Amino acid sequence: MTGHAEKSAAFVADEDRTHWHDQSLWFVRTKRDRQASAIPEWEALREAASAIKTHTLSRLADYLEEFERNATANGIQVHWARDAAEHNAIVHQILASHGVTHLVKSKSMLTEECHLNPYLEARGIEVTDTDLGERIVQLRKEPPSHIVMPAIHLKREEIGELFHIELGTEKGASDPKYLTEAARGHLRSKFMGAQAGLTGVNFAVAETGGVVVCTNEGNADMGASLPKLHIACMGIEKLIPRAAHLGVFLRLLARSGTGQPITGYTSHFNGPLRGGEMHVVIVDNGRSRILGQEAFRRSLGCIRCGACMNTCPVYRRSGGYSYGYTVPGPIGSILAPQRDPQKYASLPFASSLCGSCTDVCPVKIDLHHQLLAFRKVLVDLKAVPLQKRLSMAVMGFVLSHPSLYRMGGGLMRVIVPRLPRSLVYGSWNPWGIQREIPPMPQQSFRDLIRKEPS
Amino acid sequence: MSSRSAILDSLRQNVPPAASLPAPITGISYVAPIKQFEETLTIAGGVLVRATGPQDLASALADIDVYTSAAKVASLVPGIPSRNVDLSAIDDPHDLEGIDVAVIPGKFGVAENAAVWIPGETLTPHRSIFVIVQHLILVVPASEIVDNLHQAYERIQWSPNSFGIFISGPSKTADIEQSLVIGAHGARSCTVILL
Amino acid sequence: MPNVGLFIPCYVDQLYPHVGIATLRVLRGLGLNVEFPQEQTCCGQPMANSGCDAAARPLAERFLEIFGKYDHVVSPSGSCVSMVRNHYDHWLHGKPRFEHVRDHTFELCEYLTDIAKVVKVDGEFPFKVGLQMSCHGLRELRLGRSSERMVAPFNKVRQLLSQLRGIEIVDLSRPDECCGFGGTFAVAEEGISCLMGRDRIQDHAKAGAEVIAGFDMSCLMHLDGLIRRTNQPQRVMHVAEILEKANLS
Repeated sequence: MTGHAEKSAAFVADEDRTHWHDQSLWFVRTKRDRQASAIPEWEALREAASAIKTHTLSRLADYLEEFERNATANGIQVHWARDAAEHNAIVHQILASHGVTHLVKSKSMLTEECHLNPYLEARGIEVTDTDLGERIVQLRKEPPSHIVMPAIHLKREEIGELFHIELGTEKGASDPKYLTEAARGHLRSKFMGAQAGLTGVNFAVAETGGVVVCTNEGNADMGASLPKLHIACMGIEKLIPRAAHLGVFLRLLARSGTGQPITGYTSHFNGPLRGGEMHVVIVDNGRSRILGQEAFRRSLGCIRCGACMNTCPVYRRSGGYSYGYTVPGPIGSILAPQRDPQKYASLPFASSLCGSCTDVCPVKIDLHHQLLAFRKVLVDLKAVPLQKRLSMAVMGFVLSHPSLYRMGGGLMRVIVPRLPRSLVYGSWNPWGIQREIPPMPQQSFRDLIRKEPS
Repeated sequence: MSSRSAILDSLRQNVPPAASLPAPITGISYVAPIKQFEETLTIAGGVLVRATGPQDLASALADIDVYTSAAKVASLVPGIPSRNVDLSAIDDPHDLEGIDVAVIPGKFGVAENAAVWIPGETLTPHRSIFVIVQHLILVVPASEIVDNLHQAYERIQWSPNSFGIFISGPSKTADIEQSLVIGAHGARSCTVILL
Repeated sequence: MPNVGLFIPCYVDQLYPHVGIATLRVLRGLGLNVEFPQEQTCCGQPMANSGCDAAARPLAERFLEIFGKYDHVVSPSGSCVSMVRNHYDHWLHGKPRFEHVRDHTFELCEYLTDIAKVVKVDGEFPFKVGLQMSCHGLRELRLGRSSERMVAPFNKVRQLLSQLRGIEIVDLSRPDECCGFGGTFAVAEEGISCLMGRDRIQDHAKAGAEVIAGFDMSCLMHLDGLIRRTNQPQRVMHVAEILEKANLS
């Protein structure tokens, strides 16, 4: 099974392009820093967001029921889906019963997780993703490589070439303004012709029974306000208790994710259009199980801002596709193995545990601690190769026995300097592919300390 | 068992330890909130115009190029007429397409992020009016600029099925190589007139 | 006068013994009573970080047995100290002397600034120095403000080194990006590990650093390996080696 290291090899091989990708994302990180530093109460905000999520998760069933009551009183039809399959069936059933053949969709990582688009397309419904980045990857028949900036891995020339083929723009044209204008026209016709709009949910408010959607482009509003049918899909963990709490989360979200104080549009959908329908689909898909895991439940606080990806030195240099999951980067490396430990066993190890993610997370998820904790889970599940587990056991044994350790160390320092270079740097030695090994001193610290005056 | 019951039961079986809500946050306050609003709006790609009062509104509008040159203007501000648009005759929100400018009153503005709050009942005849037009002009009382979003939410009254939106600047995207482009799907420009 | 146990990480013992000697001399130079218990080997981090808890546990237990008797434990390694303070709890919780050991095991720089309360560093180091603020020391032990956090700036390493005559601590474009060592990560994700390391070296080089100084020899070993393979001029040094020649008070 190919893991992160194998998948990222091709990415890293193009060093120039990797540096370009790394710089693009680091730039977003610096914008985040600038915004955060302008708010003296920044760390207090993070602490409050963390506390609100912890509280909400401790009473999630109650808050979901409160949300459902208030949403229903608003005229919203509330549906519950145990898993991805049920979610897809519910969405399809709503669309089919209204004779919808064309759906416009604004960003929803949940619907990516459930693979909604192919499900609907197989049943005769055309789905247009309307975020510019999402539309670009949709036309390329690729998944998004970042949860907030789906096309961050693409150069303008590649997008220009794509638009030339798909939208009829001039060949060789790559100016972002020109390409965006072309997309505006193309997508406007999709908005005008759609019979239903589907949005994600950034926050669902129990107190008001409504949902909040944040965009810079305005595509969620176009999609939800032109057609009469609006479907909003949410994971159970998107809930917050009160509207006042939006102040905390909205002040953190855009600053963390894109380095803006707020997105262009922050829409509070509390019910259907006059003469229209609004549906909310609440999805579990494994989240309630995570709630029961003390080591991992804080990952449910994630507001999908993407800050952890922007700050991760590994993500920046390997790109979203190296993770092979809907959500990549640090949070993805915890969520993916929850879904399939064997398939995604390499992800918690695709990290140097530097902890930068934990320090940027607006809801203070202990990301790097969870990555470490997941490594233990994977070893217990024997999802880590036997060779690695054995070598660690041997190392542990040697280090538990001082005389063995001292003998081993001594042998290493005597033998290695006498070996021919070709043997030391053979293919058996991955350290040595791009690095020299440390020079072997004749004497260890233990030997030298004997000569120190006491 | 219904999915609803299954999910709620699962959540109740996996209940984490009780935890209380935190104390409310005191947000940032500015010595010069309007200045902060203007600076932030400019960075967001918007433009601020100061007018002395409602009597000054018409002349402030006359200074805005997109307004004077527009063929079709929809106005939701009392005292400012629409131009070549009869909003009362538009039953279908799709027929709002083609309007160049919408002049919409905002309830208040937020200094820290240049957001303007527009309650749903303002957006007539259809709530899509703010996103479908090519250019937005928002009219906000200068006395109604709060410092931060916490203060903003204290002001908002929620009634059943009430839509509401914070608009901060024009529509934009940086999805192509992080290069900022103004005017993605919604308004290509956003001018805020502070009265 | 506190009884100080010196904890020397396994790789320092075998590969960088002079860092251990420098640490010993710096502490003894302050008049401290320092002992190196011979039976020590390793804190268990390589095994624990690989998820092999069972292999790490006996090492944690040995650590407590060996170091429990000291008032303070000091080590020239941020990551090993983080292991003891932040990750030993689930094996050793409740065991006698564990809380004491957990709360009194220190990395060298923080020991000097916070416990030994060194205020004067009298010495010379006329070189341009880039600080490699290794991640565990920085974000787990809080040896300095990490760039992600919006708190008042501080840096215990800089505090110690900045007094040296002639030293110039250079400004990096990414002051605390990870070097890419990460333990077994260095081998399991060799390509990215080395790219991260080379990018760090480039940052130091562009800033004009002649010496890359840090408090974790494992990170410096990785950077040094890359530097020597590509024949670059920078020298790596542990903070202990820089402070060894100075008079601390």
